[in-house]
Amino acid sequence: MIIRILGEGQFRFDDSHLGELNEIDNQIVDHVKKGDKNGFCQDLARMISTVKELGKPISEEEVIPSDLIVPPADLSFEEAKDIFCNEGIIEG
Amino acid sequence: MGFLERVSTVLQAKMNKIMNRIEDPREVLDVSYEKQLQLLQNVKRGVAEVTTSKKRLELQKAKLQMNIDKLDGQAKEAISANREDLARKALESKAMMQAQLNTLDREIVELNDQQQKLQAAEARLATKVEAFRTKKETIKAQYSAADAQVKITESVTGISEEMADVGLAVQRAEEKTEDMKARSAALDELLESGTLTDYSGGDEIEAELARVKAKNTVDEELAKLKAEVNK
Repeated sequence: MIIRILGEGQFRFDDSHLGELNEIDNQIVDHVKKGDKNGFCQDLARMISTVKELGKPISEEEVIPSDLIVPPADLSFEEAKDIFCNEGIIEG
Repeated sequence: MGFLERVSTVLQAKMNKIMNRIEDPREVLDVSYEKQLQLLQNVKRGVAEVTTSKKRLELQKAKLQMNIDKLDGQAKEAISANREDLARKALESKAMMQAQLNTLDREIVELNDQQQKLQAAEARLATKVEAFRTKKETIKAQYSAADAQVKITESVTGISEEMADVGLAVQRAEEKTEDMKARSAALDELLESGTLTDYSGGDEIEAELARVKAKNTVDEELAKLKAEVNK
């Protein structure tokens, strides 16, 4: 599958590693629910490094859509909460 | 819904908005290309704005440093003239300016970071736009082919995603520079009037702590200066 890290480009990611990503994803949801800012920052960084480590960067000449989109590393906790409650970080 | 799924949905919804407005698929290619060129211009403007803001902060930093050096000199003179009260006053101002300077340093690093990110985004988008342009002409030439629609959807979605990504980077950079501009304008005024007093914002405890910290620094420096002068 293709994963985009916002601000950093796209990566080809083997589906067999999806479990690892899902596990971090669940943690992040948990942190946001509990209001755990530090946990959120740590796991967001972990998610990004996991995609980078296990995925292969896609050439910049390739123009293809992604299956999943990962927010940028400097996404604030407040912005993350906003994604869940409202339209999110993107202005419509 | 998971976090990743939510982020993806929000972003993809935005991209679909662009696509659904147009009926002829070939037109989508041209309209999208126009939008890409516009966005590239936006990114360039964003980079220029961040660069200007950074320069402005660097200028302010230089000004603050000059003031700090001057106050240092004044404190020394005051001690030599046996005017501890004056020296204390100078050192108090100096401590406040130093606090401002530290904040500026952090902000300059932050802007530098933004600048680099935007420049990288600009380069990436430029490459993608060029690739899209080539692909667009190929698809148009073989439009009768059955898979043209699929190709169009794929490349337009792909490039829309890139555009949404870069657009977000520009938006975030703009928000950051806006915040700093306001702060920086306030600092300019303070520097002009020479009364750099409220550097800690609205929090009373923070303000008191800052005063205590500044006082300790002042006491230490005063003692050091006295020792130097009386050698």
